[in-house]
Amino acid sequence: MEKYHIISTLVENKPGVLQKVAGLFTRRGFNIDGITVGQSEVDGLARMVIRVSADEKILEQVTKQLNKLVDVIKIKDITEISVKRELCLIKVDIRDEKARSEIIQYVDIFRGNIVDVTEETLIIEITGDVNKIDALISLLKGYGIKKISRTGLTAMARGV
Amino acid sequence: MRGGEAIIESLKKMGVETIFGYPGGQTIPFYDMLYDADIDHILVRHEQAAAHAADGFARASGEVGVCLATSGPGATNLVTGIATAFMDSSPIVAITGQVPTHLIGNDAFQEADIMGITMPITKHSFQPKDPDLIPSIVKSSFEIAASGRPGPVLIDVPKEIQEGELSGFDDNLIQTPGYNPTLKGNIRQIKKAIELIKKSDKPLILVGAGVIIANASNELEEFANLINAPVMTSLLGKGAIDETSDLSLGMLGMHGRKVSNDSVNQCDLLIAIGVRFSDRTTGKIDSFVPDSKVIHIDIDPAEIGKNVEVDLPIVGDANDILKSLNKLLKGHKTSDNVNKWTKCIIERKHLLMPRVSYDDIPLKPQTVIKEISEVLTADSILTTDVGQNQMWAAHFYNTQKPRKFISSGGLGTMGFGFPAAIGAKVACPEDVVVSINGDGGFLMTCQELATICDYDIPVIAIVLENRTLGMVYQWQNLLYDERYSQTKLGKSPDFVKLAESFGIDAVKVEKSGETKQALKTAIKDNNPILINVVIDPNEFLPMLPPGAGINEMIGEYKLEKDVI
Repeated sequence: MEKYHIISTLVENKPGVLQKVAGLFTRRGFNIDGITVGQSEVDGLARMVIRVSADEKILEQVTKQLNKLVDVIKIKDITEISVKRELCLIKVDIRDEKARSEIIQYVDIFRGNIVDVTEETLIIEITGDVNKIDALISLLKGYGIKKISRTGLTAMARGV
Repeated sequence: MRGGEAIIESLKKMGVETIFGYPGGQTIPFYDMLYDADIDHILVRHEQAAAHAADGFARASGEVGVCLATSGPGATNLVTGIATAFMDSSPIVAITGQVPTHLIGNDAFQEADIMGITMPITKHSFQPKDPDLIPSIVKSSFEIAASGRPGPVLIDVPKEIQEGELSGFDDNLIQTPGYNPTLKGNIRQIKKAIELIKKSDKPLILVGAGVIIANASNELEEFANLINAPVMTSLLGKGAIDETSDLSLGMLGMHGRKVSNDSVNQCDLLIAIGVRFSDRTTGKIDSFVPDSKVIHIDIDPAEIGKNVEVDLPIVGDANDILKSLNKLLKGHKTSDNVNKWTKCIIERKHLLMPRVSYDDIPLKPQTVIKEISEVLTADSILTTDVGQNQMWAAHFYNTQKPRKFISSGGLGTMGFGFPAAIGAKVACPEDVVVSINGDGGFLMTCQELATICDYDIPVIAIVLENRTLGMVYQWQNLLYDERYSQTKLGKSPDFVKLAESFGIDAVKVEKSGETKQALKTAIKDNNPILINVVIDPNEFLPMLPPGAGINEMIGEYKLEKDVI
């Protein structure tokens, strides 16, 4: 059965590696839902967190094919055992005064932050799992969202 | 020492004596340094041929083949050759010139992102940003190309890096911690395999190029004899076992030997070694060995379970695993059931020997291959092009030793056979090298006649002339209502005159016996030669139609026994 998996991948932090990983997914017909990349705890190595929708057989191929890339050091499926977070920035219209106070309340409930204010707009910063962010976005839709910028999911296995 | 000199020095350190290449604007510095170097360079007449020649060199010798091209169009001309090597796991290192680093991304003259273009068809690629890194990059490239499951590696060298001074020659500046191919088979899995083998009444072995790459032919022969199981091969597995030996059944697949295609679904245990179950080998996957257990031995874990469901995988080097299996099987007595099964299949094999004896004019391709077989020895190397010529060779020619049958399997690259033969001849100058081509594919790389003339490389090029693009023509005949769309080669060149214009001797063959005679003379004279054989355009091998199971061949399977 197809479901989403989160694969944490340690790779060489070199130009072209992201292209190689993304290219592999395209070429083999794997569906990539999201990918986040950043410097890891080791100098010269980056960590990619890849969200992929696949059944067990495809997932096995994804993992094995990724492992074949010389620049890939380590791969782990951390779907079940991880803390998952995404960061999202949302710019909303606050010209209506009533709307403004309601929005600020929502932001409080969702433990988001307001990181920029102008007379016409607010930028809200929120982190959480995908569902939480989706929920806030859906609440704010009625007030006029001007822009959304999401980082995509990152994750880390719990414990040692 | 400058970057270009470091490349040459590093290549020599890797044992390279000959490279195949074609110069251009961004490799002028390198070629200037090559001028004084004691490394042979063979100037091909098109970069694609350089890649195929390097590939042929690698397949014939087991060593890494090297090809060189300039940036932009030179590099893109290598692409087909790199992809061919990638699909067939052939170790080549392709070196390309690149525009100077400060111009990369500027759409400079003859700039192409060859790293990006070749990303899906290389095992790995490097672009040195510092001349100091060149020795390490060349060393890593050779290690990566040749080890594990081999494949092509690209080194893209910007012009100023070729000219830049090294501060010192150190080839240990690059580590590849992410590259650890599994070589040793897991002993628990190997023991489980022994159990499956002992339980089996009807075992069959299927081998691919992995056995040849692992130099495991002797181990395979011992294994097959120990368990008394018949051996089939994929196209690229030809030569892994002596095809004249009793246990060898011949090729399995779309144009496979009838005995192989008929038997495969009757086995209760399929032991697949170094083979990737390509669709051309298995036919419709759902009806391939539906009732048998499958043991799959391969060095690439990604091949396990990719196409065929496997009961027992063993990841590792075929040589190592076969040695372990043989050790554990010492003194093994095969059961009566196994002996009966194998005896029965071998009897069937003799009954189902394909017919090769004809006196027809125009010549039947079978007869041509038969005559070639009669002249060539176990050590001769046969390269093929792609299409009918390839399948006739694969079907009717018995390869006796590994690395003696060279063909583009996975990619199916027309134009491969002739330049690959050049590489093979350079690798094995003592061996007779013959390339079999169709009149379609030969024209794609026939400019290399100039190369074999120039360097006096005595390759024997056979061109089977049927004035059609035979394989597609055959499909159109059998499956598309004889609607021959664009497969009749109206006006073909006179191949004899073509060769002669390049300074190559040539002979035209139209009757039986003449191929044999021409070959004998060619081998005796040891000169490059083209043999143009006119054959029957309406002779087809039986085939699996697309979507058909492995035992559902169409077309008449003509048997030798009928004529005796």
